[in-house]
Amino acid sequence: MIEHFNPLEGKFLQVLDKGGHVYKILEPKLSTNDLKKIYETMVLTRMADDKALKLQRSGRMGTFAQVLGQEAQVAVGLAMKKEDWFFPSFRELGILLVRGSPLEKFYLTFMGCEEGNRTPKDINNFPVCVPVGSQTVHAVGAAMAAKIKRDKVVTVVAFGDGGTSEGDFHEAMNFAGVFKAPCVFFCQNNQWAISTPRSIQTAAKTIAQKAIAYGFQGIQIDGNDPLAIYVATKEAVEHARQGKGPTLIESLTYRIGPHTTADDPTLYRTEKEVKYWQERDPIKRFKIYLQKKGLWTKKYEDNLIKKCTKQIEDAVAKAEKIAAATKPEDMFRYMYEKMTPVLQEQLEYLHESLGEKEA
Amino acid sequence: MPTLNIVEAINLALHQEMARDKRVIVLGEDVGHEGGVFRVTTGLQKKFGEKRVMDTPLAESGIVGTSFGMAVYGLRPVAEIQFDGFVYPAFDQIISHVARIRNRSRGRFTCPLVIRAPFCGGIRALEHHSESMEALYAHIPGMKVVIPATPYDAKGLLISAIRDPDPVIFFEPKRLYRAIKEDVPEKEYTIPIGKAKIVQEGNDITLIAWGAMVRECQRAAEQMQNKASCEIIDLRTMSPMDTETIVTSVQKTGHCVIVHEAPRSGGLGGEIIARINEKAILNLKAPIERVTGFDTTFPYYQNENNYLPNSSRIIQAIDKVMMF
Ligand SMILES: Cc1ncc(C[n+]2csc(CCOP(=O)(O)OP(=O)(O)O)c2C)c(N)n1
Ligand SMILES: [Mg+2]
Repeated sequence: MIEHFNPLEGKFLQVLDKGGHVYKILEPKLSTNDLKKIYETMVLTRMADDKALKLQRSGRMGTFAQVLGQEAQVAVGLAMKKEDWFFPSFRELGILLVRGSPLEKFYLTFMGCEEGNRTPKDINNFPVCVPVGSQTVHAVGAAMAAKIKRDKVVTVVAFGDGGTSEGDFHEAMNFAGVFKAPCVFFCQNNQWAISTPRSIQTAAKTIAQKAIAYGFQGIQIDGNDPLAIYVATKEAVEHARQGKGPTLIESLTYRIGPHTTADDPTLYRTEKEVKYWQERDPIKRFKIYLQKKGLWTKKYEDNLIKKCTKQIEDAVAKAEKIAAATKPEDMFRYMYEKMTPVLQEQLEYLHESLGEKEA
Repeated sequence: MPTLNIVEAINLALHQEMARDKRVIVLGEDVGHEGGVFRVTTGLQKKFGEKRVMDTPLAESGIVGTSFGMAVYGLRPVAEIQFDGFVYPAFDQIISHVARIRNRSRGRFTCPLVIRAPFCGGIRALEHHSESMEALYAHIPGMKVVIPATPYDAKGLLISAIRDPDPVIFFEPKRLYRAIKEDVPEKEYTIPIGKAKIVQEGNDITLIAWGAMVRECQRAAEQMQNKASCEIIDLRTMSPMDTETIVTSVQKTGHCVIVHEAPRSGGLGGEIIARINEKAILNLKAPIERVTGFDTTFPYYQNENNYLPNSSRIIQAIDKVMMF
């Protein structure tokens, strides 16, 4: 399918349009469970995000980047296998959740606690990556390692439109092409990098077409359409697993909220533009799709919201408890496998200066 | 005379230098239309246009590398890197080209470039937004490293940096951006790079700091005023360092505490001690103490206050030195 969507010919993949109509020939055969999982994780992501915003506004959490509007991303996680590896940037709560990262980890990271980055052992989700674009090379390296070890494992890396300007992105693409790494580049082109529009990131018409210059396939898709994301990612992941090399997916979406809680988007974009994209909301269209399939009812929604509310409350309570138990030694414990004598001395000094005995 | 904070003082300096010299241009991520994430460059694009105030692609190596090209060609770029933790993609350009070109071209090409970046912790920021790695840059032969601690100094030092014939990295203590206001003359003035400032005179002990730590020293000194008369030096320039002001003060007081937020090992505190040892070891009445960050990654904000040196740790160090 991907080869029929040459970005240089202006091709663009959409499976579910904004009104919830599906293009039958492209429709993936997803089980009821999977369809519900997409919807439920999108709703959870939006609600968790909204809770985080409230926590941030009331001083219980620090700065963070909202997903709002980009929830269709959860379909990436569904297209991957459990043993695959995911390398996020910082706006991928949905993918992390659908791949099993505990929700309290998200809150913990943005409550200023490194414990948020401690992914459970059996989940191959890398921690949030703040230096823009730098994670792309890591995903390629991990994919190269999987290939060397003959594991049938694929890596997926997420990054923004801004991320495609960093040198690391280009080096990652080049390595991936040269070594035919089993890696999928998932670009969330939400059209803004803080106040900088996409047009300032690249003079190219699409981001997807950059893949062609590196010798592999690229596709531009509707990033507010969970089915398009699923179809494209699934094919790219299996393509990589079969040893056919990398794919770049440009997922065209829009960040409805501010860049982070520290940002004021009214300085650089119009209400009209935001409204245009709100009408293309991923959750809204997927709800219609499920409803048509007889999978969505008012009762289902009410139960879902109740379930998510409880899950979020529990996660926040757990996170706040762990964050409150942060200790000075947490800074020192993980610097090396074994604490060096100098660090030991510094830690003792810190305890002393705080008037504490070392625990 | 207007009362300005550091953001406003730097903004004023940029406005005045751009008006005065057509070669001065500003570039970086979000510096144009939005005026920067801390609004330091607010109003510049409106006033001087998109050709002289450029929003760039998100690429620090690109920003510094092209600034280098502009500088050697004859412009005077002021490049903004959005945060201290994101200078690293440009590190190769800084260490391999910016700092070297005068020497390696035997003076044929020079790089009058200013790289501005907010630096240091204390604002409960995300990871990579609280770095104090001034020693990395001060260690590079050919670079000048400047860190103002007040609005007045920020304006005068930035003007000097822009007019300097050599590359300057200008770290702005983001924690103080809007924390202090003071009178800042409307008219242009310069403060020499390479000259420390005696913030407060005293006879018993010399406290040396820069950036946000100057204020912590002032707090400590105030609390100690009945016990010890503290002389506080704001180093202001990390490289080239003002050895003379340091040595003269220590010769007078015989005691010294150095305070920096940066990790302890390899921090500039060690360099300062070495210079004191070389020039004034026999004047010392007690070993010099350092109050510093730790040899750890800068922690997420739950532990930020445990990491950052503060007045109570400085007081403990003063006590230790004075009671030696
Ligand atoms: C190397 C680097 N430079 C600058 C920043 C500051 N910064 C954080 S997010 C961001 C914009 C990112 O835009 P994009 O890649 O499109 O992702 P989005 O935020 O839109 O999801 C910037 C400039 C950073 N985190 N890392
Ligand atoms: Mg973006």
